[in-house]
Amino acid sequence: MHVLGRPVRKPQMPKAKSVKIKEIQSILEINDSARIRTWMKICSRCGLCAESCFYYLANDNNPKLSPAYKVQQTLGKMIKRKGRVDFKFLEACFEILWFQCTLCKRCSLYCPFGIDIATMMAIGRSICHSQGLSPETLVEFTENHKNTGNHMGLPAEELVDVCEWMAEENQEVVKDLQIPIDKSGAKYMYTINPREAVYYPQDIGDAAMIFALAGESWTIPSFGWDCTNLPMFAGDRQLAGLVVNNVYKKAMELGVQKILITECGHAYRSLAFEGPYMAGYTDGKPPVEVVHFVRLLYEYLRDGKIQIDPEKRLKEPVTYQDPCNVSRNGGLWREAREIISCLAEDFRDMSPNREHNHCCGGGGGIMPMGPDFKPGRMIAGKVKAEQIKATSAKLVIAPCHNCYDQIGDLGKKYELDITVRSFKELICEMMVVPEHLKPDLN
Amino acid sequence: MYEFLSGPGLRIAFTLFFGGIAIRATSLYQLSRVKDKVVYNHINWGWGLKSIFYWMVPWVSASTRRQPVFAFMVFLFHICLIVTPLFLNAHNILWDENLNLKLWSIPNWLADMLTVALILSGIFLLVRRFARPEVRILTGFGDYALLGITMFPFLTGFLAYHQWGHYETSLILHMLSGELLLVMIPFTKLGHAFLFFFTRVFIGFEMGGRRGARSW
Repeated sequence: MHVLGRPVRKPQMPKAKSVKIKEIQSILEINDSARIRTWMKICSRCGLCAESCFYYLANDNNPKLSPAYKVQQTLGKMIKRKGRVDFKFLEACFEILWFQCTLCKRCSLYCPFGIDIATMMAIGRSICHSQGLSPETLVEFTENHKNTGNHMGLPAEELVDVCEWMAEENQEVVKDLQIPIDKSGAKYMYTINPREAVYYPQDIGDAAMIFALAGESWTIPSFGWDCTNLPMFAGDRQLAGLVVNNVYKKAMELGVQKILITECGHAYRSLAFEGPYMAGYTDGKPPVEVVHFVRLLYEYLRDGKIQIDPEKRLKEPVTYQDPCNVSRNGGLWREAREIISCLAEDFRDMSPNREHNHCCGGGGGIMPMGPDFKPGRMIAGKVKAEQIKATSAKLVIAPCHNCYDQIGDLGKKYELDITVRSFKELICEMMVVPEHLKPDLN
Repeated sequence: MYEFLSGPGLRIAFTLFFGGIAIRATSLYQLSRVKDKVVYNHINWGWGLKSIFYWMVPWVSASTRRQPVFAFMVFLFHICLIVTPLFLNAHNILWDENLNLKLWSIPNWLADMLTVALILSGIFLLVRRFARPEVRILTGFGDYALLGITMFPFLTGFLAYHQWGHYETSLILHMLSGELLLVMIPFTKLGHAFLFFFTRVFIGFEMGGRRGARSW
């Protein structure tokens, strides 16, 4: 059974059966804001949000998947019952909050009142988390984060090893390539997704080559290098605050000008937008400016710091996946299209696109939850698969790890005959290495 | 009954209406200063006002374009709802007599048409509520009741004006339901009459001001 985007195997539920009502009430109290009160009060049940939701569309317009219904059944009931809910109710909420919503925020653009449903779903997640109801794998990752400062539990020495290896490996392409670790006063502190260090080390090598060509001043920190924030998706707001603080504090310690984020979506949402609030910066601004890789690449190409070999420009049809947290929730859709205009001759935008684009179905923490949840993901991704199919593109660019992996899976499942690439990969294949940076060939 | 509804009843209704709005707005504002820093941290009036404006015009937002007939009916319903009672000639005489307030008057034939339009668009909204599964599942008794309360003064006003049925009964029901509607606005979801502007401004700040994303 995998209706409603639910996984084949039921996630293991924690044993705890008693509900700590006081804790729920205290979370409700913290979030008892003018916004939530107003949103809850004025929702006129018009149902316009339903068609904005890819879960709803991908499951034959099942009315139970309309955003307003999902929030009514979770946080709505928690508030109405003043937190006096039982474990069975919370289990039902758990299903809705994690497997029927990726917090993509698309519905708030389709609500006549601009009700921010994703924010309310996130509060629902916090409440479930406070009762020990949170996806197991996400919790494991957050444990790693607590213990080691990154969600895969990679020791600092190993990261340094990977960096050294990548620098050496890519010296075949760029002469004397270096990956500076903990360099004080650099312009950019480059933060990555631990997946890169563990599964795609070449991504770090690619970034290093791009920086070398652009003559950039940059560094990777030996701590605070993980830009991801899975506790944010697990509903663990306190740990989510610590996680962003790891990065902010390291950036301040190193005295860098900016924090740079790899091609990862939720990391940008976390560090640039939600992080300051989670980490206690009540003015809502991160203490150090946060820049996404898409923005930096756009600047490099605009300023001619990176040159693209015109011969190598992509001839095949190309489309672009606007990751929710890069485009709608990050505001970077124009920059991405400017980059693509340098790389591809036949660009075909998906419809809808830009800030109105659909989530790939792998967001909100569902991707890192692992293979058990793949069937649900594949159903939810139907909308994205159809969008891609309609463009007839053979190559999909996705500057987000979740989108990248999810669209890769969708390509196989829906036989889309596509390859998925990141900007870094493409640029490294197409950029012109200037003479002085070419390695000596003897 | 007539004496009460046209005198103290009306005053009570207006007091609760304006007082209710004032109290709701003030208390929400005070709460927001403490709990909603995110609203004030990212103020951007350009985006805030655009966020209101583009939702005040039909078929501008992507959402209303997806359901164009519904959007048309909603706008029609709201226009009739505001214009008819404010500018009806008969009401204007009352405004003038009691408050010395002179508003424009619309001709009675136009008021008649607007009333019929409101009732028809209201019926459309009602039918849509149970015809579309995604709307039906959200709808509770209160939603039907409030739609009924909103339409009832128009229906009874129409009957009274044309003296169809028992005139006095229609008139008393008209005043009673009209006053009930006024009282309901600040305390129910009908509060969107004024809260709409606050939530729209916020999402304008949040999506537009912070990210440059259109919330329409």
